[in-house]
Amino acid sequence: MEFALWTPLVGPLVLAVLSLALGSSPARRFLGLASSVVVLASGVLLVTAVMNDQVPTAGGGMLRADALSAYMLTVVGAVGLISTWGGLKTAADSRGQSAGIFEALISLFLAAMSLAVLADSIGLMWAAIEATTITTAFLVGHHRTRSSLEAAWKYVILGSVGVAIALLGIVLIYAASRETETPTLSWLLLSQADLPLDPALITAGGALAVLGFATKSGLAPMHSWLPDAHSQAPAPVSGLMSGVLLAVALYAILRIQTITNLVIGPDFLRTMLSIGGLLSLAIAASLLIRQVDYKRMLAYSSIEHMGLMALGVAIGPAALPAVLLYMLGHGLIKATLFVISGRILHIEGTPVIANVRALLARRPGLAVPWLVAMAALVGFPPFSIFFSEVGIIMAGWAEGMGLVVMIALFLLLVIFAGLTRLTMGMVLGSPAPVAEVASATGSIPSGSTQSITTIRTGSGDETLLVRDFSTHGPILPIILALAVTASVAFIAHPIGDLLERAVAVLGGTN
Amino acid sequence: MFDSVYAQLVGLCTGALLLTSALMVWRHTLLASIRLLSAQGLSLAALVAVIGVQENEVELLFVALLIIATKGVGLPWVLAHETEAGARAIKEAPRLNPTASLLIVTILTILSYIVMSQLIGLGTSVTSHAAPIGLAMVLIGFLLLISRRRARSQLIGFLLLDNGIATVAFLTSGGVPILLEFAVSLDVLLVVVILYVFAGRMRNKFGGTDVDQLRELHD
Repeated sequence: MEFALWTPLVGPLVLAVLSLALGSSPARRFLGLASSVVVLASGVLLVTAVMNDQVPTAGGGMLRADALSAYMLTVVGAVGLISTWGGLKTAADSRGQSAGIFEALISLFLAAMSLAVLADSIGLMWAAIEATTITTAFLVGHHRTRSSLEAAWKYVILGSVGVAIALLGIVLIYAASRETETPTLSWLLLSQADLPLDPALITAGGALAVLGFATKSGLAPMHSWLPDAHSQAPAPVSGLMSGVLLAVALYAILRIQTITNLVIGPDFLRTMLSIGGLLSLAIAASLLIRQVDYKRMLAYSSIEHMGLMALGVAIGPAALPAVLLYMLGHGLIKATLFVISGRILHIEGTPVIANVRALLARRPGLAVPWLVAMAALVGFPPFSIFFSEVGIIMAGWAEGMGLVVMIALFLLLVIFAGLTRLTMGMVLGSPAPVAEVASATGSIPSGSTQSITTIRTGSGDETLLVRDFSTHGPILPIILALAVTASVAFIAHPIGDLLERAVAVLGGTN
Repeated sequence: MFDSVYAQLVGLCTGALLLTSALMVWRHTLLASIRLLSAQGLSLAALVAVIGVQENEVELLFVALLIIATKGVGLPWVLAHETEAGARAIKEAPRLNPTASLLIVTILTILSYIVMSQLIGLGTSVTSHAAPIGLAMVLIGFLLLISRRRARSQLIGFLLLDNGIATVAFLTSGGVPILLEFAVSLDVLLVVVILYVFAGRMRNKFGGTDVDQLRELHD
């Protein structure tokens, strides 16, 4: 099964080269999608290996797939599949050189993410996460407008400085392992209980590493790059960043936490992550109430969900299965929502919530999936986000973090109200009179006018809008993502078993 | 024989590192900062070579060569490329005046000595005695990032930060594994190239590289 460790790295690399080499072939637009499929297939293969009690390793122990790594690789592949499939370019859009670079960068991004979750060395994991900053920088600035340039600059500066802090932390952890016979950065060796690691260095190193990766996972107060980058990037990229990048940065925190827990106990990082998590929830709540831009709304919702996940990590092993399930559910739903938001933006020509009205009456083809996915996002059952949130809150209560959980619950209610109001504002309402529609469509530059057809009925001034049932892109990935999130929480085998094994890895028992 | 000069050589190299960092805060022209950055890269390489000779590790000598190639020559060349004439003219209008910023540098250096002595205890070994310099460089890099307005001066702050991390790595643990060293160097090089490209685009779009102009996106 060792080859499945190499395919998610080599496959996307080859596809990236191919998308640069293919010129303006129409097949080129499928290459990002192909990379996701390769990563997902490798993830599923590794999961089956792990369920058969194997731990595949390769590259002299540099690559290793325990249950957690295999699960994370599957998450990366699944979210990647939804984002790239849902955001598939039309044949007309995929001409030109920039489209080739776009597909190549998507593939490289997926390869870097795969390396980050498969690397056994925390140093290599760091390098892979930093490489994602490099690949996504140009993707964020892809539109080359003033604001996307601003978002890209902030993202690269804040992202790389944050990750540089994490490197300082990793260097200190390495220094702590100098006392042992063989200094190492291998996560497997560092998480053995009997290693004489220096507590002061591990404390400082762990704190800095978690701080750095928290920047990358969008936790407050280092979150300011996230809404800008997510709102300016093309839709599939926003989906990938929100669903994959943030989750993998949190995965890095999980790995670091295991090392520090063994040496200094859980209290120190628990305090740090609780503060970060609550602060993220508070910031998301305060900025969601009066949000005017629906892509920024989704970005702040990512900060909210990452905050809650960080609380779950702070709570510890009891909440971890919920956190891991959360990563999958949130990634799939957020990728879906970003994909639909990209279509709405393309058709309506405006990112402003107040200008998108009566979507259900005018475009049910987009409004219905948008509504269902938003319901999943704010935590309605049977979608898995609901079960993850309940799981984290129950675990926190049982662990004696009642106050923290109560504050989180209150903030979640505020966010729920805010998101519901914004979504209703977009979806409900009666369609505008024809004069307004005409003036509104007149201001939209790119050929979106033909999709709104107004018919004058014979006699009076009464007008009808033809309902637009088109989904403006592939609907299958959206249905797939919603179906998976709706059912995944009920599957005890193999999902439940896999999550338990992954948590056992973090407990140091595997 | 070498043991007797070893402590002095380490002191000399780390002294040069701290001095170049402080001078970067003090000087305001871009070209001067780039030259200081180059000098700092060479000092770092010398430090690594000295540690390598002392510990009899050939690997560290290769790392020293790598550092000369990237931090000493490569990065400064990328930064100074095509703007040799322009860089002379580019003057930074920082948020802090030189006296105040030099005072802050002093405070940061003292602070890093206090923190590091708490962390690893300023033991008898030569390198751990010098380790606070690395942390001071990281903090000074932060200062540059916060207090500078021009896009490319911020970049220099980022590189100073990175040099500081490398210094901490070499002084506390004799460097990270060589594969990681390669990956880190490559990552930093690419980040710098990307930021450089963005700075160029910014100049085209905004007519300048003042990051204070980046005020369109907010809530």
